[in-house]
This record gives sequence, structure tokens and C-alpha cells, in this order.
Amino acid sequence: MSKPNSYRTGPDGAGRFGSHGGRFAAETLMPLILELEDAYRAAQADPSFREELDYYLEHYAGRPSPLYFAERLTAHFGGAKIYFKRDELNHTGSHKINNCLGQILLAKRMGKTRIIAETGAGQHGVASATVSALFGLPCTVYMGEVDVERQQPNVFRMKLLGSEVIPVSSGSRTLKDALNEAMRDWVTNVADTFYIIGTVAGPHPYPELVRDFQSVIGDEAKEQILKAEGRLPDTLVACIGGGSNAMGLFHPFLDDESVKIVGVEAAGDGIETGRHAASITGGRPGVLHGNRTYLLQDEDGQITEAHSISAGLDYPGIGPEHAWLHDVGRVEYSSATDADALAAFQLCSKLEGIIPALEPAHALAHVAKIAPDLPKDHIIVMNMCGRGDKDIFTVAEMLGVKI
Amino acid sequence: MNDLVTGRARIDARFEKLQAEGRAALVTYVMSGDPDQETSVEIMAGLPAAGADIIELGMAFTDPMADGPSIQVAGLRALKAGITLEKTMAMAAAFRRHDTETPIVLMGYYNPIHAYGVPAFLATAKTSGIDGLIIVDLPPEEDAELCLPAIEAGLSFIRLATPTTDDARLVKVLQNTSGFVYYVSYTGITGAGSADADTVGKAVSRIRRHTDLPIAVGFGIRTPEQARGIASVADGTVVGSAFIDALRNSLDADGTATATTVSAVLDLTRELAAGVAAGKK
Ligand SMILES: Cc1ncc(COP(=O)(O)O)c(C=O)c1O
Repeated sequence: MSKPNSYRTGPDGAGRFGSHGGRFAAETLMPLILELEDAYRAAQADPSFREELDYYLEHYAGRPSPLYFAERLTAHFGGAKIYFKRDELNHTGSHKINNCLGQILLAKRMGKTRIIAETGAGQHGVASATVSALFGLPCTVYMGEVDVERQQPNVFRMKLLGSEVIPVSSGSRTLKDALNEAMRDWVTNVADTFYIIGTVAGPHPYPELVRDFQSVIGDEAKEQILKAEGRLPDTLVACIGGGSNAMGLFHPFLDDESVKIVGVEAAGDGIETGRHAASITGGRPGVLHGNRTYLLQDEDGQITEAHSISAGLDYPGIGPEHAWLHDVGRVEYSSATDADALAAFQLCSKLEGIIPALEPAHALAHVAKIAPDLPKDHIIVMNMCGRGDKDIFTVAEMLGVKI
Repeated sequence: MNDLVTGRARIDARFEKLQAEGRAALVTYVMSGDPDQETSVEIMAGLPAAGADIIELGMAFTDPMADGPSIQVAGLRALKAGITLEKTMAMAAAFRRHDTETPIVLMGYYNPIHAYGVPAFLATAKTSGIDGLIIVDLPPEEDAELCLPAIEAGLSFIRLATPTTDDARLVKVLQNTSGFVYYVSYTGITGAGSADADTVGKAVSRIRRHTDLPIAVGFGIRTPEQARGIASVADGTVVGSAFIDALRNSLDADGTATATTVSAVLDLTRELAAGVAAGKK
């Protein structure tokens, strides 16, 4: 594939990133999807939209999030200099709030009166429930039964925030099925309902607008690293579920050729076991949830179940822009196993006093692999996109501890 | 096989015949391979004599986003019993050896076809005697994927029009549609709502202003009375979840076919056909 002049011009008018993306949606939804695109274009052209979003990002979510030099981990690995972009310090505990604030302002502009969302780890559900409370809209969150079980604190949090949480019992009872069920709700209540999709996936324009709302992460990180180090980082690392925290960090750096960019998928029990959630490493292009992208599927195009200790990464697909960035070779996609992530989770807690979510623990597991062999002046920026409070029960169980 | 009566021609011929008889079509949706391939073949073979005018053959998919629980579970039963797209098309081919007139329309989602490969799929579908395709997640915006190649291959691409499809959009929806138009009676998933003949009648009149194609109506039609009501205002009545439920109720506790499974579906077909026949236009 020939190298584009810029990696930041997508998607095209049809919502494609290369061959990926698109609008593979039921006819009932299409008029609304087109209306959403119009509303988003109007919002982009309206300075008051950005102003209002910036206001809430600063005063409500607590942005900018710090860029923190992880000195003890750096010393521990003995190689590259490690920085964390601390999006776990945002209100609600992850990057998901950046996107939810953007989308609920769009929902308001469109006159929608009801919010729905899907959630895996519960972070997007909590962020959706939070902005719904803030703007006084009723919110229904779909969550797979397996995830309801392993993310109990977030389920309760959503209920406290006034949202209804509907456990999904179909399929693998995880994130993919929550998405199916949210789509079914949307088809049924299309007139008054706004669907806040939690990652850079879904029919166009979702991958684009979620990316745009998350790009605040990379924009800030760029400014902060230039201030701290006087130059761009050498490597960016972020974990990938659907890919929104990663896209948010990566996108502003895509045209900075000197910056190596790595996305880390969840390898579960190991790629070779087949029990993983690494759709680029272990999948093929297909069409699901409104877009073409790499998917875990069998020979016959049936979607296979993803496996990861992390509910937020337990998804058989990946955002279409990542699929394209893989195809053109701009971003490298690697993976980390449950065991690697668990080790990184504990190490980070003990050495930095930061309990990471299991999702960014995958990113840290990759950092742990590469940092020791890199020179001391090599700068890594890793997206610490969520905090681990929600995961302590899962981790305790894995470690055989009763709490 | 009579080569003259293939693809679009078979659907057109069927609607012309029904037009002459002065009645609407009964379009029956059954999930291919549910609960197992042998039973499924038997059901299919029995449908025309029981009164089905067009057979919609569901292609199982793990993630049917526009379907309610009945069809979701039917697809999973079929997959568990080993159905594949290849086998579904082989079932159609077997049916064609005994019936050269009843149109077969495959209905489902794009990914299994994407995985099979569009050119190979269209070639096999064509030689298997399949006449048309209804693919839920391929709106006109994605016509280049499958719709245009299907038309090129001589297969009908039957589009869904819905209550949210306004007049401006109808033009786009109808542009590459052939065979018939499938009007979805309510905004929602299969098996969840109920079709109201008055509302549907108005919608059908609206669509008629834009096309000469026959208009079939589906979603929310379960009983002979409902079928009669819809058959009075449309050219076709599509029934799906009711068949799936009748089939499921005939299964034993393990979800295996019993002696009554085939008759459960065919008896309902007869009842619905009587309803449709009573709905003379
Ligand atoms: C903290 C955290 N990180 C990452 C993810 C994965 O999503 P994405 O890849 O869109 O950032 C989630 C999803 O729930 C999450 O909660």
C-alpha cells in the first residue's frame, strides 16, 4: 500500500478508512445516522459547541490530565524513560468521560430525550450514566451478564447515578452482546433516543466523532511532553479494546514520523490458545456493528467469542481506523496476556502507588517488555486510561485472595 | 432446471400469477438448518403445498442485530446443528430439484457472505436456484458491496423500507431494488411488535407512489387474522417469528426435533395461507 501524505485525513465521505469503516446499518437506523452526521458537522462549525465541551472537560472532568514521569518504574526497568498520560484521574476514573461529554452535547443539540449505552468494564456505562445525570436525561445501559458479575462496583455506581442497567444474556454475555442489545433498543426507540457508543467503532460517523472527542488526550500529551522534554516522544503505547483511548492518544501524533506507535490488544490466555481478544493479531476483516474491520470469526463468518481478564478489552473487533493504520503499517499492533497484565497491575501499584485498570495494565505489560532494552534517553508515553478500583475483585480472585 | 425461470424472473412470475388470482403472497421465513438440516429440508419441501408462495430462508448469524430473541435463538440452534452458508445454499439447490417455481430469497446479515467471498457466493447462489437476497445491514449507501454485483449476477436485491424511511430517502432505497419491496411494519426488532393494518395501509400507499414493484409487509404478523388484514392492503405478507416459535414449541427439552416439528410449521402455514386468501384485495 502506498504511503498517504497524511494519516489524519480519514474517513472519506462514505466513512471509510481504506477498506474499513462504512455504514453497515439497518435501514431503520440510516436516516438517524445521516442526521447525526449532519448534526456533528454543524457542531464542528459552531465555536460555541467546542467552547461548551471545553468548559465541561475542564471544570467537570478535570482536564487537562497530568503527564507524569513514572520515575520508579523507569528505574526498575532500567531503560527507556516512562511517562503516563493520567486519564485515570478524570472524573469517573477513565478516558470514557471525554467522549461522553461530547456525545451528550450532540444529543442535546439534536433534541434527543433518552440516552442508551453499552458497556464492558462499566467505565463507559458509568461515564454515560454520569453525563446523563448531569444533563437530566434518562439513561439505559446494556451490559453482558458476565461483565455485570465481574464489574459489580460499576453496576452499583450506574444505579446510584440514576441509570437503568440491563444485563444481557445473549451470546457470550459480554461487550459484543451488550452492543447488539443496545442496537436493538436503538432500532426500537429511534425517534427519541441517542446512542452514546463508547469506542471508535460503529457505523460512520461514530468512529470519527469518538476519535475527535478523545483526541484531547494526544493534543494535551503533545504539549506536555514538549514542555517536559523539549521534544516529541519516541514511542506511544496504549491498550486496545475498541481502540478509543489509543486513538485519542495516537491521532495527533500520526503525522510525526519519528514517533513509533504501538497498540496493545488483549492476548487472554495467549494467542496460540485461541482464547484471546486480539482481533488484528488473530482476526480477519469482516462486517459487524456497522463497520468493516478486523474481527475474530470462524471460517463461515460467524463471530467467535473474545477472551480477556479485562472486561473492557473483551471485544472481538477493533475500530476501523486502527484496522487501516495496521494495513498501512503506521501503527504496530502487539498483544499482552492476562498473566502479563496481572503482573504489570501489581508492579505499578507497588512501585508507583497507582492502581491501574486492567485495560491499561496491558499497555504497561508491553512497556515492561520493551523498556529494559531501550536507551535511557528513549521516551515512552503510555496512556494510563483508567484506574483499577473496579478491578480489585477480579484481581483478588486471580491471586486467590478472599475479600 | 428451467433456465428461463430463474432469478428475478421467478419472483416476477410469482407475483404476476398471484395478481391474476387477486390475492397477496404468503412469504414464509424459516431459519435454515433449524433445528437440524434434515428437518429443515423437510419443512422447506412441504411449504409450497401448505400455501407458502415465497420462501425466505434465514441465514444463521451469531450476532443478528435486528432480530428479537426467537430468531436469535433459532440461529444459534441451527449453528449448533452445524449449518453453514454453503449448506444453506445446498438446501436451496435440493429444493429446486423438485420445485422450479417457488422463489427462494436468502435473508440475513452480510458477514457470512463477506467471509464466503462475494463473487463465489453469487455464483453458488445462482446455480443453487436462489432468486433474491435480503441483507439487513446493507443499506443503499453500501450498494457497491453486494447489491450491484448481485443485480449483475441476475439476483434480486430486495430492500427493506421502514417507517423512518421518508419520501426523499425512499427514492434512494428503491433505486436498486428489484423483485419486491419489503416494508417493515414498525421500528424495532423482529418478534417484538404488532403490525397495524391501517397504519401499514397508509405506508404501502405512500411507497406505491414511488414504485410499481410489489410491496410485501413483514414484522409483527403472527395470526391468520393479522395476515388477512395485511393481505388486504399489501401484495405480500411476511411471517417469521411465529413460524420459529411454532417450531420451537414442538421441540423436546433438549431442543431436538420431534414427530410434530414439521407439521407444526406446515399447519401454521396452512392457517396463515387461509388468512391471506381471505384478504382479497
Ligand atoms: C479503562 C479502560 N481502558 C480501555 C478500555 C477499552 O476501550 P478503548 O479501547 O475504546 O479505549 C476500557 C473500556 O471499557 C476501559 O474502561
